[in-house]
Amino acid sequence: MKLAIIAGPASVGKTAVVRQIIREFRESSNPAYVKIDVVRAFEDEELREEFGIPTRKVYSGDLCPDHAGIMVLQDAISWAQNVGSGLLIIESAGLCLRCTPYTTQSFGIAVLSAVSGSNSPLKMAPMIAQADMAVVTKTDLVSQAEKEVFREYIKEVAPSIDIIETNATQGTGMRYLMKALAAYPDLSDAAQIVLRGSPPLGVCTICVGKKEIGWQHHFGVIRPLEEADNIYRGD
Amino acid sequence: MHRDQMSEITVLPGTNRNGKREGFDQIIIRPGDTLSIVGPTGSGKSAFINDIEVLAQADTVTGRRILVNGVPPSDEMARDPSKKPIALITQSTRVIADLDVSRFLELHIEARKQTHIKDLIENTIALANEFTGEQITRAMSMTALSGGQTRALLIADAILIGRTPILLLDEVENAGIFKERVISCIKECRKTVIFVTHDPYLALSTDRRIVMSNGAVVKVLEPRERERATIARVSEIDDLLWDLRERIRSGDLIGEEDAIDEEIGVPA
Ligand SMILES: Nc1nc2c(ncn2[C@@H]2O[C@H](COP(=O)(O)OP(=O)(O)OP(=O)(O)O)[C@@H](O)[C@H]2O)c(=O)[nH]1
Ligand SMILES: Nc1ncnc2c1ncn2[C@@H]1O[C@H](COP(=O)(O)OP(=O)(O)OP(=O)(O)O)[C@@H](O)[C@H]1O
Ligand SMILES: [Mg+2]
Ligand SMILES: [Mg+2]
Ligand SMILES: [Zn+2]
Repeated sequence: MKLAIIAGPASVGKTAVVRQIIREFRESSNPAYVKIDVVRAFEDEELREEFGIPTRKVYSGDLCPDHAGIMVLQDAISWAQNVGSGLLIIESAGLCLRCTPYTTQSFGIAVLSAVSGSNSPLKMAPMIAQADMAVVTKTDLVSQAEKEVFREYIKEVAPSIDIIETNATQGTGMRYLMKALAAYPDLSDAAQIVLRGSPPLGVCTICVGKKEIGWQHHFGVIRPLEEADNIYRGD
Repeated sequence: MHRDQMSEITVLPGTNRNGKREGFDQIIIRPGDTLSIVGPTGSGKSAFINDIEVLAQADTVTGRRILVNGVPPSDEMARDPSKKPIALITQSTRVIADLDVSRFLELHIEARKQTHIKDLIENTIALANEFTGEQITRAMSMTALSGGQTRALLIADAILIGRTPILLLDEVENAGIFKERVISCIKECRKTVIFVTHDPYLALSTDRRIVMSNGAVVKVLEPRERERATIARVSEIDDLLWDLRERIRSGDLIGEEDAIDEEIGVPA
Protein backbone atom coordinates (compact mmCIF):
# COMPACT_ATOMS: atom_id res chain seq x y z
CA MET A 1 0.00 0.00 0.00
CA LYS A 2 1.08 3.57 -0.78
CA LEU A 3 0.55 6.45 1.60
CA ALA A 4 -0.11 10.02 0.39
CA ILE A 5 -0.33 12.90 2.84
CA ILE A 6 -1.93 16.11 1.65
CA ALA A 7 -1.45 19.35 3.56
CA GLY A 8 -2.32 22.98 2.96
CA PRO A 9 -4.30 25.88 4.40
CA ALA A 10 -8.09 25.89 4.54
CA SER A 11 -9.99 26.01 1.24
CA VAL A 12 -6.96 25.96 -1.05
CA GLY A 13 -8.28 22.97 -2.97
CA LYS A 14 -6.91 19.92 -1.13
CA THR A 15 -10.07 17.93 -1.67
CA ALA A 16 -10.20 18.99 -5.31
CA VAL A 17 -6.70 17.51 -5.69
CA VAL A 18 -7.78 14.37 -3.82
CA ARG A 19 -10.71 13.91 -6.20
CA GLN A 20 -8.33 13.92 -9.15
CA ILE A 21 -6.06 11.38 -7.44
CA ILE A 22 -9.00 9.12 -6.68
CA ARG A 23 -10.20 9.35 -10.30
CA GLU A 24 -6.76 8.32 -11.51
CA PHE A 25 -6.17 5.46 -9.05
CA ARG A 26 -9.72 4.20 -8.61
CA GLU A 27 -9.31 1.28 -11.02
CA SER A 28 -5.81 0.22 -10.02
CA SER A 29 -5.50 0.87 -6.30
CA ASN A 30 -8.81 0.97 -4.43
CA PRO A 31 -8.01 4.28 -2.69
CA ALA A 32 -9.02 4.85 0.93
CA TYR A 33 -9.38 8.34 2.37
CA VAL A 34 -9.09 9.90 5.82
CA LYS A 35 -9.90 13.55 6.55
CA ILE A 36 -8.67 15.18 9.72
CA ASP A 37 -10.43 18.31 10.87
CA VAL A 38 -11.25 20.25 14.00
CA VAL A 39 -15.02 20.47 14.34
CA ARG A 40 -16.73 19.72 11.05
CA ALA A 41 -15.77 17.94 7.84
CA PHE A 42 -17.94 16.62 5.04
CA GLU A 43 -15.41 15.23 2.61
CA ASP A 44 -15.64 11.65 3.86
CA GLU A 45 -19.34 11.42 3.08
CA GLU A 46 -19.02 13.28 -0.20
CA LEU A 47 -16.17 11.15 -1.50
CA ARG A 48 -17.76 7.90 -0.34
CA GLU A 49 -20.93 8.80 -2.18
CA GLU A 50 -19.15 10.05 -5.27
CA PHE A 51 -16.64 7.23 -5.73
CA GLY A 52 -17.86 4.40 -3.49
CA ILE A 53 -14.52 4.18 -1.73
CA PRO A 54 -13.83 3.56 1.97
CA THR A 55 -13.49 6.89 3.82
CA ARG A 56 -13.24 8.11 7.40
CA LYS A 57 -12.92 11.32 9.31
CA VAL A 58 -11.25 12.24 12.56
CA TYR A 59 -12.21 15.25 14.62
CA SER A 60 -9.29 16.59 16.61
CA GLY A 61 -11.39 18.64 19.01
CA ASP A 62 -9.06 20.09 21.62
CA LEU A 63 -5.89 18.69 20.10
CA CYS A 64 -3.86 20.41 17.35
CA PRO A 65 -5.34 18.71 14.26
CA ASP A 66 -1.93 17.90 12.87
CA HIS A 67 -0.92 16.30 16.14
CA ALA A 68 -4.20 14.36 16.09
CA GLY A 69 -3.42 13.19 12.59
CA ILE A 70 -0.07 11.86 13.70
CA MET A 71 -1.66 10.11 16.68
CA VAL A 72 -4.17 8.21 14.56
CA LEU A 73 -1.94 7.50 11.56
CA GLN A 74 -0.84 4.02 12.63
CA ASP A 75 -4.47 2.98 13.20
CA ALA A 76 -5.50 4.53 9.90
CA ILE A 77 -2.87 2.49 8.05
CA SER A 78 -4.14 -0.73 9.63
CA TRP A 79 -7.72 0.21 8.76
CA ALA A 80 -6.82 0.93 5.12
CA GLN A 81 -4.90 -2.34 4.84
CA ASN A 82 -7.86 -4.21 6.32
CA VAL A 83 -10.24 -2.78 3.75
CA GLY A 84 -7.84 -3.91 1.02
CA SER A 85 -6.73 -0.49 -0.12
CA GLY A 86 -3.62 0.04 -2.23
CA LEU A 87 -3.48 3.79 -1.62
CA LEU A 88 -4.28 5.60 1.60
CA ILE A 89 -4.87 9.33 1.18
CA ILE A 90 -4.73 11.53 4.28
CA GLU A 91 -6.06 15.10 4.04
CA SER A 92 -4.92 17.39 6.84
CA ALA A 93 -7.02 20.15 8.37
CA GLY A 94 -4.50 22.73 7.28
CA LEU A 95 -4.82 25.10 10.19
CA CYS A 96 -1.36 25.25 11.67
CA LEU A 97 1.17 26.34 9.08
CA ARG A 98 4.04 25.25 11.26
CA CYS A 99 3.16 21.60 11.78
CA THR A 100 4.03 19.45 8.83
CA PRO A 101 2.20 16.15 8.82
CA TYR A 102 4.53 14.41 6.34
CA THR A 103 6.21 11.19 7.35
CA THR A 104 8.84 8.87 6.03
CA GLN A 105 7.55 6.21 3.57
CA SER A 106 4.80 8.57 2.37
CA PHE A 107 4.37 10.92 -0.57
CA GLY A 108 3.89 14.44 0.82
CA ILE A 109 1.89 16.99 -1.16
CA ALA A 110 1.65 20.67 -0.16
CA VAL A 111 -1.34 22.40 -1.73
CA LEU A 112 -1.30 26.17 -2.24
CA SER A 113 -3.70 28.44 -4.04
CA ALA A 114 -2.58 30.93 -6.66
CA VAL A 115 -5.11 33.43 -5.35
CA SER A 116 -3.99 33.53 -1.74
CA GLY A 117 -1.40 36.29 -2.04
CA SER A 118 2.25 36.25 -2.95
CA ASN A 119 3.44 35.91 0.63
CA SER A 120 1.53 32.74 1.34
CA PRO A 121 4.39 30.44 0.28
CA LEU A 122 6.66 32.28 2.70
CA LYS A 123 4.15 31.89 5.51
CA MET A 124 3.82 28.17 5.01
CA ALA A 125 7.51 27.55 4.44
CA PRO A 126 7.92 24.35 6.53
CA MET A 127 4.83 22.81 4.98
CA ILE A 128 6.30 23.31 1.51
CA ALA A 129 9.94 22.61 2.22
CA GLN A 130 9.30 19.14 3.62
CA ALA A 131 6.87 18.05 0.92
CA ASP A 132 7.73 16.00 -2.17
CA MET A 133 5.63 18.18 -4.39
CA ALA A 134 3.88 21.55 -4.29
CA VAL A 135 0.56 21.78 -6.11
CA VAL A 136 -0.63 25.28 -6.98
CA THR A 137 -4.39 25.31 -7.52
CA LYS A 138 -6.72 27.93 -9.00
CA THR A 139 -4.22 28.96 -11.67
CA ASP A 140 -7.25 29.37 -13.93
CA LEU A 141 -8.08 32.52 -11.96
CA VAL A 142 -4.83 34.43 -12.47
CA SER A 143 -2.79 35.69 -15.40
CA GLN A 144 0.08 33.63 -16.76
CA ALA A 145 2.62 36.19 -15.51
CA GLU A 146 1.21 36.08 -12.00
CA LYS A 147 1.25 32.30 -12.00
CA GLU A 148 4.93 32.40 -12.88
CA VAL A 149 5.69 35.02 -10.24
CA PHE A 150 3.95 32.88 -7.60
CA ARG A 151 6.18 30.04 -8.65
CA GLU A 152 9.27 32.15 -7.89
CA TYR A 153 8.04 32.66 -4.33
CA ILE A 154 7.72 28.93 -3.83
CA LYS A 155 11.23 28.42 -5.14
CA GLU A 156 12.47 30.97 -2.66
CA VAL A 157 11.17 28.73 0.13
CA ALA A 158 12.10 25.41 -1.46
CA PRO A 159 14.46 25.88 -4.42
CA SER A 160 14.33 22.33 -5.69
CA ILE A 161 10.73 21.33 -5.01
CA ASP A 162 8.67 19.90 -7.83
CA ILE A 163 5.89 22.40 -8.64
CA ILE A 164 2.62 21.59 -10.36
CA GLU A 165 0.18 24.24 -11.52
CA THR A 166 -3.38 23.18 -11.96
CA ASN A 167 -7.01 23.97 -12.27
CA ALA A 168 -7.78 21.30 -9.71
CA THR A 169 -11.46 21.16 -10.53
CA GLN A 170 -10.54 20.07 -14.06
CA GLY A 171 -7.32 18.24 -13.30
CA THR A 172 -5.22 20.26 -15.76
CA GLY A 173 -1.50 19.56 -15.45
CA MET A 174 -2.07 16.89 -12.81
CA ARG A 175 -0.50 14.18 -14.95
CA TYR A 176 2.91 14.94 -13.40
CA LEU A 177 1.59 14.34 -9.92
CA MET A 178 0.00 11.06 -10.99
CA LYS A 179 3.25 9.91 -12.54
CA ALA A 180 5.26 10.75 -9.43
CA LEU A 181 2.73 9.13 -7.11
CA ALA A 182 2.56 5.97 -9.23
CA ALA A 183 6.34 5.71 -9.16
CA TYR A 184 6.54 6.25 -5.40
CA PRO A 185 7.33 3.07 -3.44
CA ASP A 186 4.76 1.31 -1.27
CA LEU A 187 5.26 1.73 2.43
CA SER A 188 7.57 -1.01 3.54
CA ASP A 189 7.31 -1.18 7.32
CA ALA A 190 4.54 0.78 8.99
CA ALA A 191 6.09 0.32 12.41
CA GLN A 192 9.15 2.30 11.31
CA ILE A 193 7.30 5.40 10.02
CA VAL A 194 8.34 8.66 11.66
CA LEU A 195 7.68 12.35 11.09
CA ARG A 196 9.96 14.06 8.60
CA GLY A 197 10.35 17.28 10.55
CA SER A 198 10.27 18.26 14.18
CA PRO A 199 6.86 19.59 15.14
CA PRO A 200 6.70 22.87 17.09
CA LEU A 201 7.07 22.66 20.82
CA GLY A 202 3.76 22.54 22.57
CA VAL A 203 4.71 22.20 26.17
CA CYS A 204 3.69 25.19 28.19
CA THR A 205 1.05 25.78 30.82
CA ILE A 206 -1.43 27.00 28.22
CA CYS A 207 -1.40 23.42 26.91
CA VAL A 208 -2.69 22.24 30.28
CA GLY A 209 -5.53 24.70 30.46
CA LYS A 210 -4.26 27.90 32.17
CA LYS A 211 -5.92 30.89 30.51
CA GLU A 212 -3.98 33.93 31.75
CA ILE A 213 -2.31 36.01 29.08
CA GLY A 214 1.38 36.98 29.32
CA TRP A 215 4.43 34.80 29.73
CA GLN A 216 4.83 35.84 33.37
CA HIS A 217 1.94 33.54 34.25
CA HIS A 218 3.30 30.48 32.53
CA PHE A 219 6.20 28.09 32.55
CA GLY A 220 7.64 25.50 30.22
CA VAL A 221 8.46 26.94 26.82
CA ILE A 222 7.65 30.63 27.12
CA ARG A 223 8.16 33.70 24.98
CA PRO A 224 8.30 37.44 25.70
CA LEU A 225 7.61 39.98 22.93
CA GLU A 226 11.23 41.05 22.69
CA GLU A 227 13.92 38.55 21.69
CA ALA A 228 11.08 36.43 20.44
CA ASP A 229 13.20 34.85 17.75
CA ASN A 230 15.61 32.84 19.83
CA ILE A 231 13.19 30.59 21.64
CA TYR A 232 12.79 28.22 18.80
CA ARG A 233 12.99 28.30 15.09
CA GLY A 234 11.31 25.74 12.83
CA ASP A 235 13.20 23.71 10.29
CA MET B 1 16.49 22.98 -27.69
CA HIS B 2 16.07 26.67 -26.98
CA ARG B 3 12.51 27.90 -26.95
CA ASP B 4 13.18 30.50 -29.64
CA GLN B 5 13.88 27.85 -32.25
CA MET B 6 10.88 25.67 -31.79
CA SER B 7 7.38 26.58 -32.29
CA GLU B 8 5.21 24.59 -34.60
CA ILE B 9 2.09 23.86 -32.64
CA THR B 10 -0.42 21.16 -33.56
CA VAL B 11 -3.87 21.13 -32.01
CA LEU B 12 -5.57 17.72 -32.02
CA PRO B 13 -9.36 17.63 -31.73
CA GLY B 14 -11.31 17.21 -28.52
CA THR B 15 -15.04 17.12 -27.98
CA ASN B 16 -17.78 19.73 -27.82
CA ARG B 17 -20.03 20.26 -24.81
CA ASN B 18 -22.13 17.25 -25.74
CA GLY B 19 -19.12 14.98 -26.02
CA LYS B 20 -19.13 14.96 -29.83
CA ARG B 21 -15.75 15.02 -31.57
CA GLU B 22 -14.70 18.29 -33.21
CA GLY B 23 -14.80 18.51 -36.97
CA PHE B 24 -11.12 18.84 -37.83
CA ASP B 25 -8.20 16.44 -37.97
CA GLN B 26 -5.53 18.81 -36.81
CA ILE B 27 -4.76 22.52 -36.81
CA ILE B 28 -1.11 23.30 -37.41
CA ILE B 29 0.19 26.69 -36.35
CA ARG B 30 3.52 27.52 -37.96
CA PRO B 31 6.02 30.20 -36.94
CA GLY B 32 4.80 33.64 -37.97
CA ASP B 33 1.17 32.58 -38.55
CA THR B 34 -1.61 34.84 -37.36
CA LEU B 35 -4.97 33.40 -36.35
CA SER B 36 -8.13 34.75 -34.88
CA ILE B 37 -10.70 32.86 -32.86
CA VAL B 38 -14.28 34.02 -33.16
CA GLY B 39 -17.63 32.81 -31.93
CA PRO B 40 -20.47 33.73 -29.60
CA THR B 41 -19.81 34.37 -25.95
CA GLY B 42 -19.37 31.09 -24.09
CA SER B 43 -18.49 29.17 -27.25
CA GLY B 44 -15.12 28.04 -25.92
CA LYS B 45 -12.68 30.59 -27.36
CA SER B 46 -10.79 31.13 -24.14
CA ALA B 47 -10.77 27.40 -23.49
CA PHE B 48 -9.10 26.87 -26.88
CA ILE B 49 -6.14 29.13 -26.20
CA ASN B 50 -5.87 27.99 -22.60
CA ASP B 51 -5.43 24.46 -23.96
CA ILE B 52 -2.45 25.72 -25.93
CA GLU B 53 -0.96 27.56 -22.97
CA VAL B 54 -1.07 24.57 -20.63
CA LEU B 55 0.00 22.25 -23.47
CA ALA B 56 -3.04 20.14 -22.73
CA GLN B 57 -2.85 16.36 -23.02
CA ALA B 58 -6.54 15.47 -22.85
CA ASP B 59 -6.53 16.82 -19.31
CA THR B 60 -8.81 19.84 -19.73
CA VAL B 61 -12.60 19.96 -20.22
CA THR B 62 -12.19 19.99 -23.99
CA GLY B 63 -10.09 16.83 -24.22
CA ARG B 64 -7.77 18.43 -26.81
CA ARG B 65 -4.12 17.50 -27.15
CA ILE B 66 -1.29 19.82 -28.14
CA LEU B 67 1.89 18.78 -29.93
CA VAL B 68 5.02 20.89 -30.27
CA ASN B 69 6.96 20.27 -33.46
CA GLY B 70 4.85 17.20 -34.07
CA VAL B 71 5.44 15.45 -30.77
CA PRO B 72 3.99 15.65 -27.26
CA PRO B 73 5.84 18.37 -25.33
CA SER B 74 8.44 17.34 -22.78
CA ASP B 75 7.51 17.67 -19.12
CA GLU B 76 10.18 20.30 -18.83
CA MET B 77 8.70 22.49 -21.53
CA ALA B 78 5.25 22.28 -20.04
CA ARG B 79 6.38 23.03 -16.52
CA ASP B 80 9.35 25.40 -16.59
CA PRO B 81 8.25 28.90 -17.63
CA SER B 82 11.71 29.67 -18.98
CA LYS B 83 11.33 26.77 -21.43
CA LYS B 84 7.77 27.46 -22.47
CA PRO B 85 7.44 28.93 -25.98
CA ILE B 86 4.07 30.51 -25.22
CA ALA B 87 2.87 33.68 -23.55
CA LEU B 88 -0.82 34.13 -22.82
CA ILE B 89 -2.68 37.30 -21.95
CA THR B 90 -5.79 36.00 -20.25
CA GLN B 91 -9.18 37.59 -20.58
CA SER B 92 -9.29 38.46 -16.93
CA THR B 93 -6.15 40.34 -15.97
CA ARG B 94 -6.94 40.97 -12.36
CA VAL B 95 -3.76 40.74 -10.35
CA ILE B 96 -3.78 39.54 -6.76
CA ALA B 97 -0.08 39.78 -5.97
CA ASP B 98 0.68 42.37 -3.35
CA LEU B 99 3.68 43.77 -5.18
CA ASP B 100 4.72 46.97 -6.83
CA VAL B 101 5.17 47.04 -10.58
CA SER B 102 8.96 46.80 -10.61
CA ARG B 103 9.11 43.91 -8.13
CA PHE B 104 6.43 42.01 -10.04
CA LEU B 105 8.36 42.41 -13.29
CA GLU B 106 11.62 41.52 -11.58
CA LEU B 107 10.21 38.24 -10.30
CA HIS B 108 8.79 37.44 -13.70
CA ILE B 109 12.17 38.16 -15.28
CA GLU B 110 13.68 35.65 -12.86
CA ALA B 111 11.02 33.07 -13.70
CA ARG B 112 11.70 33.52 -17.40
CA LYS B 113 15.46 33.55 -16.77
CA GLN B 114 16.15 36.77 -18.67
CA THR B 115 19.08 39.06 -17.96
CA HIS B 116 19.63 42.85 -17.77
CA ILE B 117 16.94 43.11 -15.16
CA LYS B 118 17.02 46.89 -14.61
CA ASP B 119 16.84 47.84 -18.29
CA LEU B 120 14.21 45.24 -18.96
CA ILE B 121 11.97 46.61 -16.22
CA GLU B 122 12.33 50.16 -17.56
CA ASN B 123 11.70 49.08 -21.14
CA THR B 124 8.67 47.03 -20.21
CA ILE B 125 7.06 49.91 -18.36
CA ALA B 126 7.90 52.28 -21.22
CA LEU B 127 6.31 49.93 -23.76
CA ALA B 128 3.24 49.48 -21.57
CA ASN B 129 2.90 53.25 -21.48
CA GLU B 130 2.74 53.28 -25.27
CA PHE B 131 -0.33 51.05 -24.99
CA THR B 132 -2.21 53.01 -22.35
CA GLY B 133 -3.25 56.61 -21.89
CA GLU B 134 -2.72 56.67 -18.15
CA GLN B 135 0.95 56.39 -17.23
CA ILE B 136 2.21 53.44 -15.19
CA THR B 137 5.17 54.02 -12.88
CA ARG B 138 7.45 51.47 -11.27
CA ALA B 139 6.37 52.19 -7.71
CA MET B 140 2.65 51.68 -8.33
CA SER B 141 1.06 48.72 -6.67
CA MET B 142 -0.05 46.02 -9.12
CA THR B 143 -3.42 45.74 -7.43
CA ALA B 144 -4.04 49.49 -7.84
CA LEU B 145 -3.60 49.48 -11.63
CA SER B 146 -6.75 49.85 -13.69
CA GLY B 147 -7.93 47.04 -15.96
CA GLY B 148 -6.47 48.75 -19.02
CA GLN B 149 -3.17 49.55 -17.32
CA THR B 150 -2.79 45.97 -16.11
CA ARG B 151 -3.52 44.61 -19.55
CA ALA B 152 -1.08 47.03 -21.16
CA LEU B 153 1.61 46.02 -18.70
CA LEU B 154 1.00 42.29 -19.15
CA ILE B 155 1.15 42.62 -22.94
CA ALA B 156 4.44 44.52 -22.69
CA ASP B 157 5.61 41.87 -20.24
CA ALA B 158 4.70 39.08 -22.67
CA ILE B 159 6.52 40.77 -25.54
CA LEU B 160 9.70 41.79 -23.73
CA ILE B 161 10.03 39.50 -20.71
CA GLY B 162 8.25 36.39 -21.95
CA ARG B 163 9.95 36.94 -25.32
CA THR B 164 8.24 33.83 -26.58
CA PRO B 165 7.73 33.03 -30.25
CA ILE B 166 4.02 32.43 -29.65
CA LEU B 167 1.65 34.98 -28.21
CA LEU B 168 -1.97 34.28 -27.29
CA LEU B 169 -4.20 37.30 -26.67
CA ASP B 170 -7.67 37.00 -25.20
CA GLU B 171 -9.77 40.01 -26.20
CA VAL B 172 -7.08 42.71 -26.26
CA GLU B 173 -9.60 45.18 -27.58
CA ASN B 174 -11.66 45.19 -24.43
CA ALA B 175 -9.67 47.34 -22.09
CA GLY B 176 -9.45 50.70 -23.82
CA ILE B 177 -5.80 50.23 -24.70
CA PHE B 178 -4.26 51.40 -27.98
CA LYS B 179 -4.93 48.25 -29.94
CA GLU B 180 -3.29 49.55 -33.16
CA ARG B 181 -0.05 50.13 -31.31
CA VAL B 182 -0.19 46.65 -29.79
CA ILE B 183 -0.76 45.05 -33.17
CA SER B 184 1.99 46.95 -34.94
CA CYS B 185 4.36 46.09 -32.11
CA ILE B 186 3.49 42.40 -32.39
CA LYS B 187 3.95 42.51 -36.17
CA GLU B 188 7.38 44.11 -35.79
CA CYS B 189 8.41 41.20 -33.58
CA ARG B 190 7.20 38.64 -36.17
CA LYS B 191 5.54 36.53 -33.60
CA THR B 192 3.07 33.74 -34.08
CA VAL B 193 -0.08 35.21 -32.68
CA ILE B 194 -3.59 34.08 -31.90
CA PHE B 195 -6.24 36.68 -31.13
CA VAL B 196 -9.45 35.74 -29.43
CA THR B 197 -11.62 38.59 -30.54
CA HIS B 198 -15.03 40.10 -31.13
CA ASP B 199 -13.44 42.94 -33.14
CA PRO B 200 -14.17 42.73 -36.89
CA TYR B 201 -10.96 44.45 -37.94
CA LEU B 202 -8.75 42.20 -35.82
CA ALA B 203 -10.63 39.11 -36.94
CA LEU B 204 -10.30 40.01 -40.62
CA SER B 205 -6.65 40.98 -40.41
CA THR B 206 -5.33 37.50 -39.57
CA ASP B 207 -4.31 34.74 -42.02
CA ARG B 208 -6.75 32.22 -40.62
CA ARG B 209 -9.97 32.41 -38.66
CA ILE B 210 -11.20 29.69 -36.35
CA VAL B 211 -14.94 29.70 -35.71
CA MET B 212 -16.20 28.19 -32.46
CA SER B 213 -19.58 27.02 -31.29
CA ASN B 214 -20.77 24.98 -28.33
CA GLY B 215 -17.22 24.37 -27.09
CA ALA B 216 -15.87 23.12 -30.40
CA VAL B 217 -14.13 24.37 -33.51
CA VAL B 218 -16.73 24.32 -36.28
CA LYS B 219 -14.81 26.03 -39.10
CA VAL B 220 -11.30 26.99 -40.02
CA LEU B 221 -11.41 29.74 -42.64
CA GLU B 222 -8.51 30.83 -44.81
CA PRO B 223 -9.87 33.86 -46.68
CA ARG B 224 -6.63 34.82 -48.49
CA GLU B 225 -7.49 37.50 -51.10
CA ARG B 226 -11.24 37.22 -50.85
CA GLU B 227 -11.62 39.60 -47.95
CA ARG B 228 -9.03 42.12 -49.01
CA ALA B 229 -11.47 44.80 -50.18
CA THR B 230 -13.55 44.45 -47.06
CA ILE B 231 -10.50 44.73 -44.84
CA ALA B 232 -9.58 48.06 -46.41
CA ARG B 233 -13.04 49.41 -45.75
CA VAL B 234 -13.27 48.07 -42.25
CA SER B 235 -9.89 49.61 -41.56
CA GLU B 236 -11.20 53.03 -42.56
CA ILE B 237 -14.30 52.66 -40.43
CA ASP B 238 -12.12 51.49 -37.61
CA ASP B 239 -9.82 54.51 -37.91
CA LEU B 240 -12.78 56.80 -37.88
CA LEU B 241 -14.28 55.14 -34.82
CA TRP B 242 -10.91 55.23 -33.15
CA ASP B 243 -10.56 58.92 -33.77
CA LEU B 244 -14.08 59.53 -32.56
CA ARG B 245 -13.51 57.47 -29.44
CA GLU B 246 -10.37 59.38 -28.59
CA ARG B 247 -12.13 62.71 -29.02
CA ILE B 248 -15.09 61.61 -26.92
CA ARG B 249 -12.71 60.30 -24.26
CA SER B 250 -10.87 63.59 -24.13
CA GLY B 251 -14.09 65.57 -23.74
CA ASP B 252 -14.78 66.98 -27.21
CA LEU B 253 -18.24 67.84 -28.44
CA ILE B 254 -18.83 66.06 -31.74
CA GLY B 255 -20.32 68.36 -34.41
CA GLU B 256 -22.09 68.08 -37.76
CA GLU B 257 -18.86 68.08 -39.74
CA ASP B 258 -18.22 64.62 -38.33
CA ALA B 259 -21.15 63.04 -40.15
CA ILE B 260 -19.63 59.64 -40.65
CA ASP B 261 -21.75 58.33 -43.49
CA GLU B 262 -20.47 60.92 -45.99
CA GLU B 263 -16.87 60.70 -45.01
CA ILE B 264 -16.41 57.02 -45.67
CA GLY B 265 -19.42 56.23 -47.75
CA VAL B 266 -21.06 53.66 -45.58
CA PRO B 267 -24.43 52.80 -47.15
CA ALA B 268 -27.08 54.48 -45.03
N1 LIG C 1 -11.47 27.89 -10.04
C1 LIG C 1 -10.94 26.94 -9.25
N2 LIG C 1 -11.56 26.58 -8.12
C2 LIG C 1 -11.00 25.63 -7.35
C3 LIG C 1 -9.78 25.01 -7.69
N3 LIG C 1 -9.46 24.12 -6.72
C4 LIG C 1 -10.45 24.17 -5.81
N4 LIG C 1 -11.39 25.08 -6.18
C5 LIG C 1 -12.59 25.46 -5.43
O1 LIG C 1 -12.19 25.98 -4.17
C6 LIG C 1 -13.10 25.58 -3.13
C7 LIG C 1 -12.37 24.88 -1.99
O2 LIG C 1 -11.82 23.67 -2.49
P1 LIG C 1 -11.62 22.36 -1.58
O3 LIG C 1 -10.99 21.31 -2.43
O4 LIG C 1 -12.84 22.02 -0.85
O5 LIG C 1 -10.55 22.94 -0.55
P2 LIG C 1 -9.89 22.19 0.71
O6 LIG C 1 -8.47 22.63 0.78
O7 LIG C 1 -10.14 20.73 0.64
O8 LIG C 1 -10.70 22.84 1.91
P3 LIG C 1 -10.77 22.36 3.45
O9 LIG C 1 -10.58 20.89 3.46
O10 LIG C 1 -12.14 22.78 3.87
O11 LIG C 1 -9.68 23.12 4.13
C8 LIG C 1 -14.13 24.70 -3.83
O12 LIG C 1 -15.25 25.51 -4.12
C9 LIG C 1 -13.45 24.25 -5.10
O13 LIG C 1 -14.36 23.98 -6.14
C10 LIG C 1 -9.14 25.42 -8.92
O14 LIG C 1 -8.05 24.96 -9.29
N5 LIG C 1 -9.76 26.40 -9.65
N1 LIG D 1 -15.32 21.57 -25.40
C1 LIG D 1 -15.83 21.91 -24.20
N2 LIG D 1 -16.45 20.98 -23.43
C2 LIG D 1 -16.97 21.33 -22.22
N3 LIG D 1 -16.90 22.57 -21.69
C3 LIG D 1 -16.31 23.53 -22.41
C4 LIG D 1 -15.75 23.25 -23.71
N4 LIG D 1 -15.21 24.40 -24.20
C5 LIG D 1 -15.44 25.34 -23.26
N5 LIG D 1 -16.09 24.83 -22.20
C6 LIG D 1 -16.50 25.56 -20.98
O1 LIG D 1 -17.45 26.53 -21.34
C7 LIG D 1 -17.31 27.72 -20.61
C8 LIG D 1 -17.20 28.94 -21.54
O2 LIG D 1 -16.05 28.80 -22.37
P1 LIG D 1 -15.05 29.99 -22.66
O3 LIG D 1 -14.78 30.78 -21.43
O4 LIG D 1 -13.87 29.43 -23.37
O5 LIG D 1 -15.94 30.86 -23.65
P2 LIG D 1 -15.53 32.14 -24.54
O6 LIG D 1 -15.85 31.79 -25.94
O7 LIG D 1 -14.15 32.55 -24.23
O8 LIG D 1 -16.59 33.22 -24.02
P3 LIG D 1 -16.42 34.85 -23.90
O9 LIG D 1 -16.56 35.40 -25.28
O10 LIG D 1 -17.58 35.20 -23.02
O11 LIG D 1 -15.10 35.10 -23.27
C9 LIG D 1 -16.08 27.52 -19.74
O12 LIG D 1 -16.48 27.17 -18.44
C10 LIG D 1 -15.35 26.37 -20.40
O13 LIG D 1 -14.58 25.62 -19.46
MG1 LIG E 1 -11.08 19.49 2.01
MG1 LIG F 1 -13.35 34.16 -23.23
ZN1 LIG G 1 0.35 22.75 15.14
